[in-house]
Amino acid sequence: MFETFSYVFLQQYWWTLIALLGGSLVFLLFVQGGQTLIHVLGKTGEERTMIINALGRKWEFTFTTLVTFGGAFFASFPLFYSTSFGGAYWVWMAILFAFIIQAVAYEYRKKPGNFLGQGTYEGFLLANGAIGTFLIGVAVSTFFTGSEFSVNKLNLTDPVNPVISRWEGPAHGLEAVLNWRNIALGLSLFFLARILGILYLTNSVNHPVITKRCHRQLWFNAVPFLVCFLVWLGALFTGPGFAVEPGTDRVFLQQHKYWNNLLEMPPVTILFFAGIIGVLFGTVQPLISFTTCGPKGIWFAGPGTILTVFALFLLAGFNQTAFYPSTFDLQSSLTIQNSSSSRYTLIIMSYASLLIPFVAAYIIWAWASINKRKITAEEMEEDTHVY
Amino acid sequence: MIDQIDLSMVDWARAQFALTATYHWLFVPLTLGLAFIIAIMETLYVRSGNPEWKKITKFWMVLFGVNFAIGIATGIILEFEFGTNWSNYSWFVGDIFGAPLAIEGIMAFFLESTFIAVMFFGWNKVGKRVHLAATWLTALGANLSALWILVANAWMQHPVGMQFNPDTARNEMVDFWQILTSPMAVYKFFHTIFSGYVTAAVFVAGISAWFLLKKRHTQMARQSILVASVFGIASSLLLAFTGDGSAYTIAQKQPMKLAAMEGLYQGKENAGLVVAGILDPAKKAGDGKDPFLVKVQVPGLLSLLGYRTADAFVPGVDDIMNGGYKPWFSQVPEEEKESAFSVAQKIEKGKIAVAALRDYKRAREAGDTLLASRSRLRLDANFAWFGYGYLPYPSFVIPNVPLVFYSFHFMVFLGTWFILLFILLLYFLWKNRLEERRWFLRICLWTIPLVYLTGQAGWVVAEVGRQPWVIQDLFPTLAAVSQVSAQSVQTTFWIFAALFTLLLIADLMIMIRQIRIGPKDGGKS
Repeated sequence: MFETFSYVFLQQYWWTLIALLGGSLVFLLFVQGGQTLIHVLGKTGEERTMIINALGRKWEFTFTTLVTFGGAFFASFPLFYSTSFGGAYWVWMAILFAFIIQAVAYEYRKKPGNFLGQGTYEGFLLANGAIGTFLIGVAVSTFFTGSEFSVNKLNLTDPVNPVISRWEGPAHGLEAVLNWRNIALGLSLFFLARILGILYLTNSVNHPVITKRCHRQLWFNAVPFLVCFLVWLGALFTGPGFAVEPGTDRVFLQQHKYWNNLLEMPPVTILFFAGIIGVLFGTVQPLISFTTCGPKGIWFAGPGTILTVFALFLLAGFNQTAFYPSTFDLQSSLTIQNSSSSRYTLIIMSYASLLIPFVAAYIIWAWASINKRKITAEEMEEDTHVY
Repeated sequence: MIDQIDLSMVDWARAQFALTATYHWLFVPLTLGLAFIIAIMETLYVRSGNPEWKKITKFWMVLFGVNFAIGIATGIILEFEFGTNWSNYSWFVGDIFGAPLAIEGIMAFFLESTFIAVMFFGWNKVGKRVHLAATWLTALGANLSALWILVANAWMQHPVGMQFNPDTARNEMVDFWQILTSPMAVYKFFHTIFSGYVTAAVFVAGISAWFLLKKRHTQMARQSILVASVFGIASSLLLAFTGDGSAYTIAQKQPMKLAAMEGLYQGKENAGLVVAGILDPAKKAGDGKDPFLVKVQVPGLLSLLGYRTADAFVPGVDDIMNGGYKPWFSQVPEEEKESAFSVAQKIEKGKIAVAALRDYKRAREAGDTLLASRSRLRLDANFAWFGYGYLPYPSFVIPNVPLVFYSFHFMVFLGTWFILLFILLLYFLWKNRLEERRWFLRICLWTIPLVYLTGQAGWVVAEVGRQPWVIQDLFPTLAAVSQVSAQSVQTTFWIFAALFTLLLIADLMIMIRQIRIGPKDGGKS
């Protein structure tokens, strides 16, 4: 089946899947967002345990999506993997560090003999939530702001230094954290994750006091999210972007490139605005009661997040755009075409991608099975697996 | 800026990967095997309706959960370290290597992480049989995950199903099924997962033996030992069988590794298998001295096991260095079928291949089709030795022989002991005398650390034995690294070392406490 498709189609198909995985990952960062609010929303041990268990039953989905996102990027666009991970070393290492400490925190937190104490593991969850979301936002922003690297495949023939992708700055990724636009998206993602965390908790925890606190926290996080995201978005649409000249594949800076991309790809425009509306409605709708937080917001903000991030990835890679631009050497910038795997590999991977609907189906089933009843204080006392 | 590859960076990158892999492999084997043991126990519960089996299942599930979490923590690093520490590798073979990792994520990780949630939290939320299915699917997911990463690892040991594309300066996949079904991949997968099953069986038997020694939860302990022993004897026999298959493929594809495993410097026909021995620490390649201070050898057995005939010539380290012998197997370049090249000759040919690639790419850029075509012919004629072109000197191809030799013999010796252990366990259970044999119960308990050491030894053989190659004969580790400073990798090495050690201590302390608590409170946590 996939053998009949063109190489370009397969490259775009895989970029679309990467975009979808990226959108799903950002949605699932609600776990991280919720982790930064454990002590804000939960004032007693019981309340914190309920919050942690509501989040803890989903942490592996986020983790697995992150790992699959990495694996899929490696398989479909190996030059990105090679360039970004090998170059922006410190940013990626910091993200990984933040996720290592999360992986054990839930399971070990309340176990007798956990050596580091319950507070340490809750600190791990906080650090994972704050550092992980902010740095992922920073890393994604570099898809639009660029990084300092060069790519030269001829280097492979130099036995003294055969490295193809080279980072051309000494900070190895840390410089991205000093770019105000990257900071704006990092903070946007941090506050968005907290919003999604709040919405998820109001939907899955049956505890009036926690729900009331959620209502107040939703305000506190919605406002800075909107400010940061609008600042980033404004800069994105009004500033220059990294365009690829058809025919020559020469990369050049083009004013309003991403805004033009939005206008020139109507389906992406629809997805983008539908996503934005979903996030806004999902955030505002629970605030309507003025006293407590309605449980339905996640149903709008969650899919809205997926659509928005999905559309942003499409803006970064489609319509003759370099998705991982180099500010050191524009011609080293990575495009869907010059960084992808071979046609054969993309075909093999595309067959594997046919499993995705089945994966989605059993995830939905399992999610529904575990979440069919809201978490209660009584359940935390029952003889079950409690974090 | 870094102007040339920093060899200390290569060493630190290797150290960091080895550190992560070592820690990861402390936890993964138990996950692989315990998942099935739990599934078997739960099946017995569902079939019999006996609540004792449910209690047993939940007890081992608690330990599974503690172990699983830290396995995930160490696993995520490994995937991303291919990019952070080995960026050149990620491009040079990413077209082949990335696919198994992506398929692992789609096919295995989601299966595992979805159904583990049902397994832990679904006791009161889904039906008995659905819960049982979730437990089996978790075990399947864990083992499928192992399949894909081990296929990728096997491909590094014996690259097949690919072709070098000089235009993209990388190797590209041309036959996925050849990669998936290569004998190296098949044996590596089964040998590795069976080692995990044996680890889990020894773990369950050892902990249960402790309960019997303490005269606590004796019914649970006997039932657990029964399941573990049956599972363990089958797994350990299959482990030995696949170990033989693994060694056979190594003899074909990685003769230097086989020579290191056996401490064989001067090859011979009818070569003997060293059962045990002490290597002379002063031994150097090419000095003509006997490498052993003392050894016990079975004549002809190495030729027989490695080549399936006692007449076969098994090349030693010196033979591979100097060449001139006739390789037994046909899977060598045409030019070497009658007489193997020396490493020095291979380095020369490798340098020609690397230079031909340079000339080809420059000619293409300049539009000189004639030069490009000639360079391409030169590249194709010498590509079999491409990786040798990066090596600084011939003896660079010799791995750490003592480390590989002792690791291999430690692994084989203990692998044999595990078979005996499970036979004895079953015998004593059958005779109803297990609880009387307190000395044997203590041995069972103390075999737990040994089974972990055995697994580590196996990976030392596999990974140290193939140095200096990240991809056998195709790409050495020193050409595969990223352009990051050694200080950066050194810093992250120590951060990870400290963190993993802290988490390991926490893991062990929680495990020990949960075991001391026992199955009474097994469902609470």
